[in-house]
Amino acid sequence: MSLIEVENLKKNYVNDEVITHVLHDINFKIDEGEFVAIMGPSGSGKSTLMHILSFLDRPTSGTYKFEEENIKGFDDDYLAKLRNEKIGFVFQSFNLLARTTVLDNVRLPLVYSKNKDMDKLAEKALEAVGLSHRLEYFTNQISGGEKQRVAIARALVNNPAVIFADEPTGNLDSKSGNTVMFLLQKLNNDGHTIILVTHETDTANHAKRIIKIKDGEIISDEKVHHRTIAKEDADLVK
Amino acid sequence: MDFLGTIKLVFRTLLARKGRSFLTILGIVIGVAGVIIIIALGAGAQSLILGQVTKLGSNLLSVSPGGGNKNGPPSAVYGVTVTTLINSDADLLRSKTQVPHATAVCAMVRGSASVAWQNKSVDTNFMGTESSYSNVVNFTMQEGQFLDQQQEQGNANAVVLGSTVATELFGGTGVDPIGQVIKVKNSSQTQPGGIPLRVIGVITPRGSSFFQDNDDQIFLPLVLGQEQLLGIHYLNAINIKVDSSDNITQTVADVTRVLNQSHHIQKDVDADFTVYNVADALSVLSTITNALSLFLTAMASISLVVGGIGILNIMLATVAERTREIGLRKAVGATNSAIMRQFLLEAGALTFLGGVIGIIIGMIVSYAISLVMNYLGYDWAFVISITSILLAISVSILTGVIFGLYPALKASKLNPIDALRYE
Repeated sequence: MSLIEVENLKKNYVNDEVITHVLHDINFKIDEGEFVAIMGPSGSGKSTLMHILSFLDRPTSGTYKFEEENIKGFDDDYLAKLRNEKIGFVFQSFNLLARTTVLDNVRLPLVYSKNKDMDKLAEKALEAVGLSHRLEYFTNQISGGEKQRVAIARALVNNPAVIFADEPTGNLDSKSGNTVMFLLQKLNNDGHTIILVTHETDTANHAKRIIKIKDGEIISDEKVHHRTIAKEDADLVK
Repeated sequence: MDFLGTIKLVFRTLLARKGRSFLTILGIVIGVAGVIIIIALGAGAQSLILGQVTKLGSNLLSVSPGGGNKNGPPSAVYGVTVTTLINSDADLLRSKTQVPHATAVCAMVRGSASVAWQNKSVDTNFMGTESSYSNVVNFTMQEGQFLDQQQEQGNANAVVLGSTVATELFGGTGVDPIGQVIKVKNSSQTQPGGIPLRVIGVITPRGSSFFQDNDDQIFLPLVLGQEQLLGIHYLNAINIKVDSSDNITQTVADVTRVLNQSHHIQKDVDADFTVYNVADALSVLSTITNALSLFLTAMASISLVVGGIGILNIMLATVAERTREIGLRKAVGATNSAIMRQFLLEAGALTFLGGVIGIIIGMIVSYAISLVMNYLGYDWAFVISITSILLAISVSILTGVIFGLYPALKASKLNPIDALRYE
């Protein structure tokens, strides 16, 4: 069973009566448990594709089936519910809430699903990224690498079907970037489907499969033969 | 997100921005405090007026010289001296057959006087009146007695002092005012001297009514006041006590009929006297106070609107400032309505808080005013009605919700992708 299946997917933007074709005829399938990198230069349409796949945006035409269901008929509230239950996000710029504790940031998705075990689940997710000792820290009191790990914990907390990571190492030094990739690979090994969006080959090579996009079209879709395996960081052993 | 969760979130957000939150609600605080104070002042004024009725005595009619609207001020207010009310009018009104429901009738003249005892002299007001004054107006004697019928008819040289005058003349001397002889003269009279009068009583302090100190007054026989102090043969007023409030209308008619006859008046419009029902006059006064406090409340409400615009402004800034947060919340599953609810509640909580602070400040100020008024001798009650509190709270929350609606709507409509990219 495919988790994600897109057929003839197109996306146009209309701005001042000028139509921009961002995506043309995209076709692919992603199965459960895959680690896929969507790779391309800026302006290639990879972010737009990610937004559509993660229910933040809708395609102009074509079909997108998620868990065998065409999302076309779903209303905005249902898409919000899907994002809440099925999707985890890791952004380049972390997007943590300021003046809020690490724990509260991780709880955020559960707040909207009215989960009763919020604190327990959030603590468990933070433990998985090695931040159990930072629960009550405010987000401005931790380092960039730790911020991204908080973001990963937040993406993980609702046990989503797929985690989207949009340039997750873009704002990090190489050591912290390695830790983030290590965590993503670990999550994938534990069975999570990961979709990584990046323009860097080095980062993309951590995935099992790379879909290359240029000018809104898929130019290649291949398995990674020499996969980079991120080494476990001493920080995480704490 | 559930309601309780939203409330917690909202308060955390507001507390994180204490300074700004406070400045935002300042307009609401002032508006609500203003409304509370004005409503309390209105209620205090009402209680004061009601207190006056009791003080004056209920079921009271007052006849003034000169025609005019009985709800308007007496002619004397316009500086016109009207001489149409005379002593025989009062005698006619005492007739049980003509005016059966009048229990007491009391004629009076007023003026200002200089009162001297030994080397002390004070300026005060005098009232030339009759023994029946004590049956018309409620008061008690601190010592001695009021003028009796004999003194009144005999035009005796007797005087009764209000407590203020008694204190000013005799305070600290250890001398009992009763039996002392004081010299009284009209204030306009320049040469020394005056009519020697023997003090026969002092009245218990009564406080002020209608912005006039009842205790800064002396009482002397009517004819003495008329002839020796004022040099006149007419009256300033005749007060009539009616046996029951049910008979007031009847008595007004009786009085009017008797005076019309004796003054040879055919048509009511030609009347050279006016009968005031004191209760009516008071109700007119309360209508005025009510209208005034309504007007002032409306003025204070403007401040609420201004405060609301402040809320609108700050909430719009907040939405812009927190665009990324909104984008993130939407990305992790917040629906449009959840975002809308969060920002509406934030505005509502802000103004609710403003309302509560405003109520507290309003109550403190109203209480301070009542203390000052009581200190000045007025029976001023500190009245804060539950209605005014509920009104203030609901109006302030409503202000928040109304003025928070547009920013909240704007927040809920944000596109999560744009919001996440927002710098």
